[in-house]
Amino acid sequence: MEKFTVHTGVGAPLRRSNVDTDQIIPAEYLKRVTRHGYEDALFSAWRKDPDFVLNQPAYSLSSVLVAGPDFGTGSSREHAVWALQDYGFKVVLSSRFADIFRGNAGKGGLLAAEVEESVIERLWEVLDAHQGAQITVDLVECRVRAERIDEPFVIDEYVRWRLLEGLDDIGISLKHEVAIGEFEHRRPEFLPTTA
Amino acid sequence: MGRTLAEKVWESHVVARAEGEPDLLYIDLHLVHEVTSPQAFDGLRAAGRPVRRPELTMATEDHNVPTIDIDKPIADPISRTQVETLRRNCNEFGVPLYSLGNVEQGIVHVVGPQMGLTQPGMTVVCGDSHTSTHGAFGALAFGIGTSEVEHVLATQTLPLKPFKTMAITVNGALPEGVTAKDLILAVIAKIGTGGGQGYVLEYRGEAIESLSMEARMTICNMSIEAGARAGMIAPDETTYEFLKGRERAPHGVAWDEAVQTWRGLVTDDDAEFDAEVVIDASTLSPFVTWGTNPGQGLPLSSSVPNPEDFENEVDRSAAQRAIEYMGLTAGMPLKDITVDTVFLGSCTNGRIEDLRAAAQVIEGRKVADGVTMLVVPGSVRVRLQAESEGLDKVFIEAGAQWRQAGCSMCLAMNPDKLTPGERSASTSNRNFEGRQGPGGRTHLVSPQVAAATAVTGHLSAPTDLVNA
Repeated sequence: MEKFTVHTGVGAPLRRSNVDTDQIIPAEYLKRVTRHGYEDALFSAWRKDPDFVLNQPAYSLSSVLVAGPDFGTGSSREHAVWALQDYGFKVVLSSRFADIFRGNAGKGGLLAAEVEESVIERLWEVLDAHQGAQITVDLVECRVRAERIDEPFVIDEYVRWRLLEGLDDIGISLKHEVAIGEFEHRRPEFLPTTA
Repeated sequence: MGRTLAEKVWESHVVARAEGEPDLLYIDLHLVHEVTSPQAFDGLRAAGRPVRRPELTMATEDHNVPTIDIDKPIADPISRTQVETLRRNCNEFGVPLYSLGNVEQGIVHVVGPQMGLTQPGMTVVCGDSHTSTHGAFGALAFGIGTSEVEHVLATQTLPLKPFKTMAITVNGALPEGVTAKDLILAVIAKIGTGGGQGYVLEYRGEAIESLSMEARMTICNMSIEAGARAGMIAPDETTYEFLKGRERAPHGVAWDEAVQTWRGLVTDDDAEFDAEVVIDASTLSPFVTWGTNPGQGLPLSSSVPNPEDFENEVDRSAAQRAIEYMGLTAGMPLKDITVDTVFLGSCTNGRIEDLRAAAQVIEGRKVADGVTMLVVPGSVRVRLQAESEGLDKVFIEAGAQWRQAGCSMCLAMNPDKLTPGERSASTSNRNFEGRQGPGGRTHLVSPQVAAATAVTGHLSAPTDLVNA
């Protein structure tokens, strides 16, 4: 996984709450068996509307999504993270993330940064006033900056460390291989097997 | 201080714990399906890693599979490739798989419990958010993403931060005709789609204790719709009764040993929850959704809300947008909403008890003109059981379509989907925009309301049929 430290890019205002993962990527696109190539799938229903934010030329290269509360609810599909990344997003800012989405984002290297709802409102104002305005998201300092805005964001400390270091989770867990083996010896014998 | 049920299960699965790091939890059962696994198996191959415990892993084909003509090759080439990829991966890595045509095939969350694989006190994961279903047995069960699927395949563990705990206490008794589905829709409407974020919900109280295992699964299944990754119900005699004699449940001496252990899986009297919600079951009535998230629900006897009545700006604009998408008018009675399609099935309401309840309502009646009703059993076993009870004939004689097992129209990955603008009453779990097909409109309902709605052609409770 690539290391993440500081990112500056065009912010895109997504003025909607409860953006569920079916909206981020409809199930139809989940039939693919690849890990990449989902840029066309991102918000595919909403992108049919010419007025949709990502259809505005100013946001065509956006990489910081500024969304309403409860982003990423619903299905566990990690394809939602992949679609956002394949489109070019590095960061999603929201005042509340659904748990599974937040976890998936951390695994895939997409920064899901939680800020106060009032900060989202102010960022939206900046982005409306200056279409194509840039936002800086600093994972070292845990701050989000844009024009006169300089506010903290919240992210799980362990996820932050992994993103900063670009570490693979499986490798970390396998360091505990002896402990896993010992645990397996202690498991009750009545537990089921599938084969 | 005492511990909650969730904390007990958590503590008994900690493999490694260190300051500043998530706990490493052992996973007792990993369920796999075709949609969220291909990239995980690819990851294993790229790293040269095997599946650590294939015998604690089980796969089934459900999301993509057709519900008609299952003896023919899958018509959609992309779906076919995905299903074939699962078969190849399971074969290569030694994971037991129940393919289309096998008697054990079905929706992963219906199959696990029916085989007796889901047991109290276990940790259960699957690359599917409705894994919360298995919490009905007192298991800690939650959905994971594809990276985590790969992680569990490789290590049989997951690094996790402890959840907070929330008690959902349901006192009293559910009135006649009010189901588990109505109860959980009311809970979600009360706490909101984000209300459970970061929590494991434990459902308790008289109303919960008197529910069957099927009904408990319906409740736990939709915990994710309140934002909670997991929902749990303490095991009791109902749980043991359901499990006893099932193929993968313990037998003989092992059964006695297991029950002895399971009896300790209750929240201690002096345990404290981080949050508590109390509901009086006797106040509930059939509940349906009017909007585009599962929290936008109301009693069936009420009307589409007026967005202006919401205090919060976020809720107001969400309601405005939902009413527009759903093609409704503020103030219209919910019972005046006419539907084109009725879908009975899914991991929420595709079990035998659900089919029996719907059949009882529709027996001797007809599906209204212009309405299509799809009945999709949750598994092949459910289908066979229903056929042995003659339920298939009840549905077919009423004019409904009797299908093969799978996820079907719940998420429209197979050919069963709504067309743009079409409206359904659906026993599934999500009413998101386009969930059941692009442009489709979904009202979430119980099996009984689904059946009554099929008869009248507009949202109805079984009691509305008496005079019909």
